[in-house]
Amino acid sequence: MSILVDRDTRLIVQGITGREGLFHAMGCRDYGTQVVGGVTPGKGGSTVEGFPVWDSVRKARDAADCNATLIFVPPPFAADAIMEAADAGVELIVCITEGIPVSDMVRIKSFLAGRNSRLLGPNCPGLITPGEAKVGIMPGHIHARGNVGVISRSGTLTYEAVWQLTNEGLGQTTCVGIGGDPINGTSFIDVLSLFAADEKTEAIVLIGEIGGTAEEEAAAWIRRRLDIPVVGFIAGATAPPGRRMGHAGAIVAGGKGTAAEKKKALEAAGVLVVDSPAEMGARVAGALAS
Amino acid sequence: MKIHEFQAKDVLRGFGARVPRGEVTDDPAEAAEICRDYGGRCVVKAQIHAGGRGKGGGVKVALSPEEAELLAGEILGMQLVTHQTGPEGQQVREVLIEEALQIEQELYLGVTLDRAAERPVLMASRSGGMDIEEVARTDPDAILRELIDPQLGVLPFQCRRVAAGLGYSGGTARQIQAAVASVVAAYLETDASLVEINPLMVDRGGDVYTLDAKMTFDDNAMFRRREIAELRDIHEENPLEVEASRHGISYIKLDGNIGCMVNGAGLAMATMDIIKLYGAEPANFLDVGGSASQEAVESAFRIILSDASVKAVLINIFGGIARTDRIARGVVAAIEGLAAADTPVKVPVVVRLEGTNVEEGREVLERADFDFIVAGGMADAAEQAVAALETRTMGA
Repeated sequence: MSILVDRDTRLIVQGITGREGLFHAMGCRDYGTQVVGGVTPGKGGSTVEGFPVWDSVRKARDAADCNATLIFVPPPFAADAIMEAADAGVELIVCITEGIPVSDMVRIKSFLAGRNSRLLGPNCPGLITPGEAKVGIMPGHIHARGNVGVISRSGTLTYEAVWQLTNEGLGQTTCVGIGGDPINGTSFIDVLSLFAADEKTEAIVLIGEIGGTAEEEAAAWIRRRLDIPVVGFIAGATAPPGRRMGHAGAIVAGGKGTAAEKKKALEAAGVLVVDSPAEMGARVAGALAS
Repeated sequence: MKIHEFQAKDVLRGFGARVPRGEVTDDPAEAAEICRDYGGRCVVKAQIHAGGRGKGGGVKVALSPEEAELLAGEILGMQLVTHQTGPEGQQVREVLIEEALQIEQELYLGVTLDRAAERPVLMASRSGGMDIEEVARTDPDAILRELIDPQLGVLPFQCRRVAAGLGYSGGTARQIQAAVASVVAAYLETDASLVEINPLMVDRGGDVYTLDAKMTFDDNAMFRRREIAELRDIHEENPLEVEASRHGISYIKLDGNIGCMVNGAGLAMATMDIIKLYGAEPANFLDVGGSASQEAVESAFRIILSDASVKAVLINIFGGIARTDRIARGVVAAIEGLAAADTPVKVPVVVRLEGTNVEEGREVLERADFDFIVAGGMADAAEQAVAALETRTMGA
């Protein structure tokens, strides 16, 4: 089993005629994902690298029955692209775009309320169910099928964790990047509850960062609802307060959102917190062996 | 992006806030003139982006135009040190000369994003003039909070509730309501990430003024806020950080001596953390971007090495989509480029490459005309970087 994406995922790429969009559409197809086409307003009716292009998400949905979309639209237009996909009823919207204004995300969240679409991201690497579907920009070959679920606010740090797991002989059910922005579509708790309901997932790696309280909220949920081992790492213990560390959401502000607070909350919830990012994989192996 | 107090007050005035009369100048003689216009009494306020200016000696009251000239002369050009500037301080290039008012009560008003609620929140308190974070710690109940609907803005009943909660009625309450409405409108309509009026001042006649103002903005929204983007003052920013952003590199200078070059923000923070775990301090945060192109790596090297405290460099690249051997060639070409430009890299460089084609990548490094220290994993990389630092320090 897995969560969110699998062999039945029918993916479109919004912004498919752009350099990034096309590159990753091909990367997802090469991995084995059913990429049924893409959307670029004004380029409907054309074909790129064998992908049919439509003018709108609704037309794509009507023509190809897509149930997921991967968005590479530039920041000024990304909010519109997300809302268009939700309006068309696409079940899973994955937004890779980095740099969407926070106020746009505030509006997007209220637009999505009451609709059936789930947004993952923005500013995320996407998600992958090894051996079945890759909906994102991660390198597919570092993953392996298995029993560990991975959730992260980061991109390359997630690859690091996955690589460690794979080298320990531990495959993954699904790896989900929820993104590094202050407001995102899907939270740690959303993904944790999906993993909790997935029989195949026997352990979870949770990778957080400084800033906000998402990890603390996740900790409270884990304590009440989860009985499989969770290994946690929080990046940014050495980050100075008041400085945004690359990701828009990674900032210790008003004395809140420090790595120390987050580690404490996770430990109190029974999460196996590692101080060293080099020990994520080994710690999962240890937890599953005992 | 941050702006100066006088700029924030101009922005807020545009949204209907009542602001004391004031003018900005870099000339002490002009300061005296302005003071004379205000009746011979004024406040001289240093304009730097950092907070804590008053405690640092950057805000003074003048009781005559002559005193205004004297104080402006003292403050202009000084290296103002506050808890936010670091020990080197920030040079004062302009002062705001403002009419002096009689303070009866200082209040606090602020708007920022409530990340958990995913919408803006207005905060108000009777503890004006104080650090709101301190108030939040010691007396959280003293802060009134109103969540703002992004579609509707702040509603009249919320403004009334805030004014009443702060203990006011009548004409003063109506002025506070107007101040609340203007601060929220300014936040929403400029893509601000923080608007803070601290203090919002009630004078002896019951009139309400924006006495100090701070605004910061969402960098990602500045493409559609040209008039705000023009207020940027790069004198207030770290020159290396400005240079880095020009190359699409995210760089933050820190106090340690191991320079870091990493692809991805999360991995960059994790790399800093593991350096600390092995007993040293990172000299910087640096995210070269996902692809870590040769050009980006070269720029990153220049930026890292222009910090004189850097005694070793740790490169940690997880080659995802970009193949590792190509990244390795980029690193080698960057080092050769620097040598050719007569700015050779003279500190030990530890490289940890992982991902696609890693064997070829390591081979490229081994063959290069530079003595890279090639590491096997993150822990090994940190250990080798710290060891290189110690060897170097002992040899020096």
